[in-house]
Amino acid sequence: MFGPLSNSPIAKTTSPQVVIPFYAYAALSFLAATILLFFSDQSFTGHYFHPHILAITHLMALGWATMIIFGASHQLVPVLIESDLYSDKLAHVSFALAGLGIPLLVYGFFAFNMGWPAQLGGSLVLGAILAFIANIAISISRSKRENVHAVFVFTSTVWLLLTVSLGLALLFNFTSSVLTRNSLYYISLHAHLGVVGWFLLLVLGVGSRLIPMFLISKYSNPRLLWVVFLLVNVALITFSLLFLFHPGTNLHYIPAILVAIALLLFAHYNRQAYKQRIRRKVDDQMKVSLLAVALLLVPSIVLLVLLCALLLTTGERADLVLLYGFTIFFGWLTAIILGMTFKTLPFIVWNKVYRHRAALGKMPSPKDLFNHRVYKVMALLYLAGFVLFACGILLPSPVLLKVGSLALLATACLYTWNVMLLVNHKPFRK
Amino acid sequence: MSESRNEQEREEKALEALKFVDDPEIGLNVVDLGLIYEIVFNEAEKKVLCTMTLTTEFCPMGDSIMANVKEALRMSLPGIEPEVQLTFDPPWNHSMISEAGLEFLGG
Repeated sequence: MFGPLSNSPIAKTTSPQVVIPFYAYAALSFLAATILLFFSDQSFTGHYFHPHILAITHLMALGWATMIIFGASHQLVPVLIESDLYSDKLAHVSFALAGLGIPLLVYGFFAFNMGWPAQLGGSLVLGAILAFIANIAISISRSKRENVHAVFVFTSTVWLLLTVSLGLALLFNFTSSVLTRNSLYYISLHAHLGVVGWFLLLVLGVGSRLIPMFLISKYSNPRLLWVVFLLVNVALITFSLLFLFHPGTNLHYIPAILVAIALLLFAHYNRQAYKQRIRRKVDDQMKVSLLAVALLLVPSIVLLVLLCALLLTTGERADLVLLYGFTIFFGWLTAIILGMTFKTLPFIVWNKVYRHRAALGKMPSPKDLFNHRVYKVMALLYLAGFVLFACGILLPSPVLLKVGSLALLATACLYTWNVMLLVNHKPFRK
Repeated sequence: MSESRNEQEREEKALEALKFVDDPEIGLNVVDLGLIYEIVFNEAEKKVLCTMTLTTEFCPMGDSIMANVKEALRMSLPGIEPEVQLTFDPPWNHSMISEAGLEFLGG
């Protein structure tokens, strides 16, 4: 219909064919994880080192959160770094390896078979991550400008590589002595490198760009973001050194305090961005995303209580550890994904379907491509499910666990339905 | 004098047409958002050059917005070939949003 805009200095955007499969895979993983949660809910009254809990955690961490971050990153990193994505092929390789590896790994945990399925699955996931990191690193290196958000993203991928490498070593350690101690011992290090180094650092870096952008906020404060960046990384390095060289120390509150300060600064950053916004009307997706910022405080409070309990008592509080993990994966991370999916995917699909169908009449806007009523119900079910299940872990209450997991399963069904509505969208005009 | 008025009328017509082109994320049209910098007519070549910007240099919706601007100009100015030129000098900022745009966003 149109000739190319030959004088356009605009860069090419990442192909939707690269990005959409990650979103679809993530939605199905979330659905599978909530099904497992519904049928394994009573495991949450015992110890956290339970095959079903390990399976659910890895499905949430890799299949749900990491896959959607990979998908979104391929689209958003070029916006953050103001340069093209280096390779679509590497992105496809990353998807294929992770897509095959995650089910094998999760099956290995669920059946507690740490032999070839889990080891092959873990190796494939490591391959996917190497492909992803190469793609992001080369893209960033080709960027003409440096910015704090890109540094956050790149550093988080380095922590991801360390997390997964350690995770793979833990897997092989079940069948042969790779490490000096048993695998259970290292779980805390593995989990915190992943949660703080990968998820938290990435969310802070990307969120600090996207939240003001979507709010059309006048606020900008790169210096504050550099302080947040340093605090989180110093906390991670301190935690790792204490864990490896001073096991049994009571000094773990030091990195926890550093991260807590970083979170408070990030909350302040978002509050300022919100106060100085030009766009007064905040849509439901942004409300859920801002709720996720607040939900960051929940695992922080649980961790604080957990550390106090460890200092004051000798026994391990398995319920608090479970609650801590639950508030991270089903709380903060899930909330931010539920919000940001519908701030990013509609635009990706809209670009795919309508970018070459310029105005002969008013076209639907990206927000018209999914069902908002379903989204609202999903958000309410999610909030109810999260609170009920968290109470079920604490009390402990089998009834609350069952009802909470059912609400979360319903959340995943509605989320998946809306995602599938989007990815299967066919062109229409208003 | 009449040529100048004619050009002014055509510019107004073009701007009216561009008010139907929205930034898909913000939902505000490109004129009130302050993305349109200049519209210049070339009588001899029967062309119109629209110089515009985007809210961010790597806007994923940039291609679509520019294609829509071009098509809106083509539809509103028959017989005149539209060209769209993208610039980031000066870069877009919030002060470029019109009063009507601010009212829309703050409503």
